Amino acid sequence: MTGAEEIILRPSRGISLVRWKELWQYRELFYFLVWRDIKIRYKQTFLGTLWALIRPLMGMIVFTLIFNKLIGFSVEGVPYLLFTFCGVVAWNFFAEGVSGASQSLLSNANLISKVYFPRVIIPAAAILSGLVDFAIAFILAVVLMVYFQFAPSITILFLPFFILLTIVTSLGIGFLFSSISVQYRDIAHALPYIIQVMFWITPVGYAANKIPGELQILYWCNPIVCVIEGFRWSMLHSGEMPLHLVGISVSVALALFILGLVNFLRMERKFADVI
Amino acid sequence: METVIDIKNLSKRYRIGSLRRHTSFRDLFDEKLRELTRFSKRNIRNDESTIWALKDVSFSVEQGEVLGIIGRNGAGKSTLLKILSRITEPTDGVVRLRGRIASLLEVGTGFSGELTGRENIFLNGAILGMKKKEIQEKFDEIVAFSEVEKFLDTPLKRYSSGMHMRLAFAVAAHLEPEILLIDEVLAVGDIQFQRKCISKMDQIGSSGRTILFVSHTMSLIRQLCKRAILLHQGSVAASGDVDAVISRYEDIGIEQQSSEWTNDDERDKKEAIWIQKIAIEDTAGVQKRSFLNSDDIIVRFTVQVNDPHPYLKVGFDLLKDGTPVFRTQQTDYPNQIPLDKPGVYDVKCRIPQHLLNAGEYTITPLLSAHLIKSFMHRFEPILKFEVTIDASLSDYYSVLSRQNHPGVVFPSLRWDIESR
Repeated sequence: MTGAEEIILRPSRGISLVRWKELWQYRELFYFLVWRDIKIRYKQTFLGTLWALIRPLMGMIVFTLIFNKLIGFSVEGVPYLLFTFCGVVAWNFFAEGVSGASQSLLSNANLISKVYFPRVIIPAAAILSGLVDFAIAFILAVVLMVYFQFAPSITILFLPFFILLTIVTSLGIGFLFSSISVQYRDIAHALPYIIQVMFWITPVGYAANKIPGELQILYWCNPIVCVIEGFRWSMLHSGEMPLHLVGISVSVALALFILGLVNFLRMERKFADVI
Repeated sequence: METVIDIKNLSKRYRIGSLRRHTSFRDLFDEKLRELTRFSKRNIRNDESTIWALKDVSFSVEQGEVLGIIGRNGAGKSTLLKILSRITEPTDGVVRLRGRIASLLEVGTGFSGELTGRENIFLNGAILGMKKKEIQEKFDEIVAFSEVEKFLDTPLKRYSSGMHMRLAFAVAAHLEPEILLIDEVLAVGDIQFQRKCISKMDQIGSSGRTILFVSHTMSLIRQLCKRAILLHQGSVAASGDVDAVISRYEDIGIEQQSSEWTNDDERDKKEAIWIQKIAIEDTAGVQKRSFLNSDDIIVRFTVQVNDPHPYLKVGFDLLKDGTPVFRTQQTDYPNQIPLDKPGVYDVKCRIPQHLLNAGEYTITPLLSAHLIKSFMHRFEPILKFEVTIDASLSDYYSVLSRQNHPGVVFPSLRWDIESR
């Protein structure tokens, strides 16, 4: 017993910081929660994991029909199918991460009111469990690239950076929405619309350079613009990645992340009392 | 001896109003609207009041101690455990803990119906704070304890509630924290499994670990703990030797002067069934607190049924010195009219003469709806009556009047004497 660490519980005041050491101690629970989310995602569905393929494919087909065939968007040097598929894969990873994370605290309410652990791991697990779907869709993208005989260039090395940017952005928004939803259930109702609006201000079916030049800076304040453009740039070498615009997106993503996290840690103390 | 839990001036305040009021922005809007259309003077803001679930609680626990925590519903027991297990923060005060703490506030936390028994053991273990290696090492032991070997690879949602519970307790019982918080986990399950759990807890307690044990079952508290703490309205009302604390507990809240108890809990009125009143009477309908063993005793419930259900049961536990004498329910007696229409019913139980021995008895009412798992309302002991031996009955009794028979019951048994 000697040497056992003393834990002091008292009312906390002011801004809470991330307790990294504690987070590290709970890493196994984090793995288990990710594992559980992956395991039960497609339980009791007829098509099972096939859904991870069907959804991006359906998205690709719909956008090709609407944007390419109906409106007549096309992209130079890249088959439109491939172009939009990259966008859909990145978008789905983001959108599903955000909506999963935003509802994660409520769907794990019984954990929160019964056991202690750093709450941040719940929305984080919800986002990271989406990596499996993402990986499956990514393999499909590679298959499509082979089919279209499209060779990737050296820029593919930057892909992990854009995946990381997606995760950071989703975490920021996920932290923010999930912590608010504990107190205000409105988030659950507003979420589909928020995601829909975000979809339209994100270049999933078109290229970012369709936006007039004077609006570009404002446009790139949406970090997902950078994510989608970045995915295409690194995988298909399509479009350009102006550094100052990337900088704006990354700064906004980091700001969102910090804002979301600080708010989360502040509200965390009351979760069990209000949920 | 080392102090492992040190609690100083611990307080916790809850805002009652905010829970219901702010679940969505619309509620806020709705309420303003209602306020406008409401004629009564009663201002909604009165609801904004706060309650102190815990107020200035201080005590400490030594290493290896098994401490019982008792108190009526709403006394603050669960809040205390919630603070100790770090689920919620105190409003004031300090707690110092030494060692790994684990709580069984409810076993089976985080169980997922879609996962198999095997998978749930790992998930639940991780949630309760076990390392993966630790779970692997104890896996066989956990499975053996739970008695669900055959269903390990079946999804949990196909389990019976008994199997579910056994698996949950099996995982929890194999935790090895230095401090264990237990809240009424033994309330469910069959007798045999309950015994197994109790002996496991006894074993944990004797292995030098510290246990805080919350229960309404005094016989269990007595069996497992040497020392107990009584919480009443958020404060420590008594602390020390377990028997002394339990007898204090039994006095709190009992109608000391009255032979009638009226339920004034507003929350109960919305239930499917609720007890308005309980009275103890003699056969002539006169309320009394003191009876002779030659009297019949009538326990009369006034019950209001709001939401009829064919299996509603009304009953009570009769206790003497905290030990159950018997439990009885109206359905134990054949050919009762069912409580299947809304309305108010008089439900009477007759405790026959020559059954109870001399002494003080308490009544703990029970309400349950069979087959509705979630509905089982157990009250606290609320009424007390006294039985004395009727000295006028025979010559033998008058001799005995100053010297009671041992035993809980004093039946009038037939003896035959024949000369041969």
